[in-house]
Amino acid sequence: MDFTLTPEQQAFRERVRVWLEANIPREWKSMGSTEVPRPEAYEFLKRWQGKLHEGGFIGVTWPKEYGGQGLTFMEEMILHQEMALQKAPPMLNVLGVGMAGPTIIAYGTEAQKKRYPEKILSCEEIWCQGYSEPNSGSDLAALQTRAVKDGEHYVINGQKVWTSLAHMADWMMLLARTDPSAPKHKGITYFLLDMHAPGVTVKPLKQLTGDSEFNEVFFDNVRVHESQVLGEVNNGWAVGLTTLMFERLALGFGLQVRLRISLESMIDLARRMEKDGRTVTSDPVMRQKIAQLWIDTEALKYTGARAITKLLKGELPGPEASAGKMGWVETNQKLQELAMEIEGPYSQLAKGSDRAVDGGFWQYAFLRSRANSIEGGTTEIQKNIIGERVLGLPKG
Amino acid sequence: MDFGFNQEQELLRNTARKFLENECTSEFVRARMAEPAGVTDAFWTKLAEQGWTGLVYPEEFGGTGLGFVDLTVLMEEMGRAVMPGPFFSTLLGGLTILEAGSAAQKKEWLTKIAGGEAKAALAFTEPNARWDAAAVAVTAREAGGKYTLSGTKLFVLDAQVADVIVVVARTRESKRPEEGLSLFLVPKGTRGLSVKLLPTMDQTRKLCEVKLEDVVVGAEALMGPRDGGWTPLARVLDRATVALCAEMCGGAQRVLDMTTEYAKIRIAFGKPIGSYQGVKHRAADMLVESENAKSLTYYAAWAVDENVPEAPLAASMAKAYASDAFRKIAGAGIQLHGGIGFTWEHDLHLYFKRAKSSEFTFGDATYHRERVAQLIQL
Repeated sequence: MDFTLTPEQQAFRERVRVWLEANIPREWKSMGSTEVPRPEAYEFLKRWQGKLHEGGFIGVTWPKEYGGQGLTFMEEMILHQEMALQKAPPMLNVLGVGMAGPTIIAYGTEAQKKRYPEKILSCEEIWCQGYSEPNSGSDLAALQTRAVKDGEHYVINGQKVWTSLAHMADWMMLLARTDPSAPKHKGITYFLLDMHAPGVTVKPLKQLTGDSEFNEVFFDNVRVHESQVLGEVNNGWAVGLTTLMFERLALGFGLQVRLRISLESMIDLARRMEKDGRTVTSDPVMRQKIAQLWIDTEALKYTGARAITKLLKGELPGPEASAGKMGWVETNQKLQELAMEIEGPYSQLAKGSDRAVDGGFWQYAFLRSRANSIEGGTTEIQKNIIGERVLGLPKG
Repeated sequence: MDFGFNQEQELLRNTARKFLENECTSEFVRARMAEPAGVTDAFWTKLAEQGWTGLVYPEEFGGTGLGFVDLTVLMEEMGRAVMPGPFFSTLLGGLTILEAGSAAQKKEWLTKIAGGEAKAALAFTEPNARWDAAAVAVTAREAGGKYTLSGTKLFVLDAQVADVIVVVARTRESKRPEEGLSLFLVPKGTRGLSVKLLPTMDQTRKLCEVKLEDVVVGAEALMGPRDGGWTPLARVLDRATVALCAEMCGGAQRVLDMTTEYAKIRIAFGKPIGSYQGVKHRAADMLVESENAKSLTYYAAWAVDENVPEAPLAASMAKAYASDAFRKIAGAGIQLHGGIGFTWEHDLHLYFKRAKSSEFTFGDATYHRERVAQLIQL
């Protein structure tokens, strides 16, 4: 056990630190952060990600020939830690960088690997994820969107839902059914779908936050060339699970770090707010709650670090990784609830009120956090996965 | 960075698990619960033969000279076996002697401890039930080159079998409670020293009341600088806290293992109960809490071993988390077992009770959360 860095890793940290200090745009004001960027920040974040790419600070674990830096998860972790310390803006193309890119690198043909990953990193092409459907959420393998072979093409018909970033995405990771007669996990194929193709319609869904960050996506006879299949035909379930595994990894890095940024901001909020005539941080009960959140955040960090150690030793992520998403969700929701408690009666005032604390930022973050335990696999599904695949309990 | 155990540590874990499965069976634990000593001479000798009573002491004192991370591995396995007896208390006494003792004191006592010839205890807490420096009201007055110790220590682990008790006493009144504390070596049988074994809810842990009625010791009994006992003691407390956390992690993991196995074979409504989400989800929660407790504990073990500035914070984070986690996991283990889990016959209650006694040893979650708040300058 050793938590020290090698001289090379120290040098990398220093390089990241100096670069971030010089390059984080002055107009960016971070007050805690949510995992999915808000619409008004899209253009700004697109430029920011481009800058990160130019600096070589994105996709650091990806192979060099596909636009990455060919480094290890250790550097990735250092990078994210430094970004948290300096409260760097989040990444816009988070689904591309976290999921599409690694999955294409893992399963893609040479042509696909040359074509897509670099444009993901530079944010020239934004990706969304076409998994969930109106009748297949947690039971993802029940998806009904059809892909029917027609010469060299597949013809797609059906609907996806809860599709983040679809309204600005250039590409979609699409799961569609190519063999309806096969058992449900075995007839699915993974496509790389052009969102600008004829027959693709995107309709924003207004969320309880008032924002429209999710969408419905409709496919009406959309033609996709067979070269756009990722992995084998009817092997989409395995490819899709790889994406989800990368999603969990990405969560381990990115979200844990953003959680730390939120925690620091929340503590700053607690220092500014009063409760019963004294600052919130002087209240013994509130001190307990804040300290517990600090501990929970650190626990997530070290549980994540244990998973990374296993990865670096060539082992597959174990129970530590499965616990990561659940732990993050619980902690973030607790944090947002606590931010409301810190604000007290002020927590009722939203954006637009000159009495609102921090311009109503925390109200949005609180409402947004409600989705955390649903998106990317509900907490109930995560518990099934942990129970069955980690503890070996029988399926229901 | 490497957040894993090395090959020697994995070997130690395997050896300890096998040894304890053979030597520290449920029958053995239950027999020790019923007796005042909590240990047998034969068992203690075997621990010494394994090199465990001297694991963290330098070789010059007959120890193995291993690090704190190695000790964490051993403590985890001892917790898994809900091992009774004065191993932990002797570690507390020994660590204090290692931290504060003179060369002669270390040579005398650590050699005996490492060799299994002596057991030690640390008498720090008092009836005020505090874990900070203000806990200490026992006084030591100097006169003619000798010290007279007076007062009462409470919640002292395994003093009933200790050959030497390290007593924390106040040699000088001061505004800051951390100032004016001194450490004394008080051997068993010293005049005026009396030890009373107290009935405990967790019978695998023996607690004592230690009375010091004008106990006179010579200057050679003083360990470390007079009035400067808090600094070494604080380091020992952080280390002891982390060692206890490791023990708690081992116990929690064992409860999870027992519960998972039971949930696979116990049939209700025609199916194993582990297939029902009401059971499965609670088991998943247990796993998450158990893993988080381990992560914080392992990091804290490294931090105290390397003595990094964050060590006290790491120790408190681990204890706050492990205190809640072990209690919840042990409770959930009984719940998921149903009626059988509530019987004396099943071992679950040993862990349930150990979780409770551990929770309140070296500060509970509330105490450590406040300490975290202070250390992060909240």
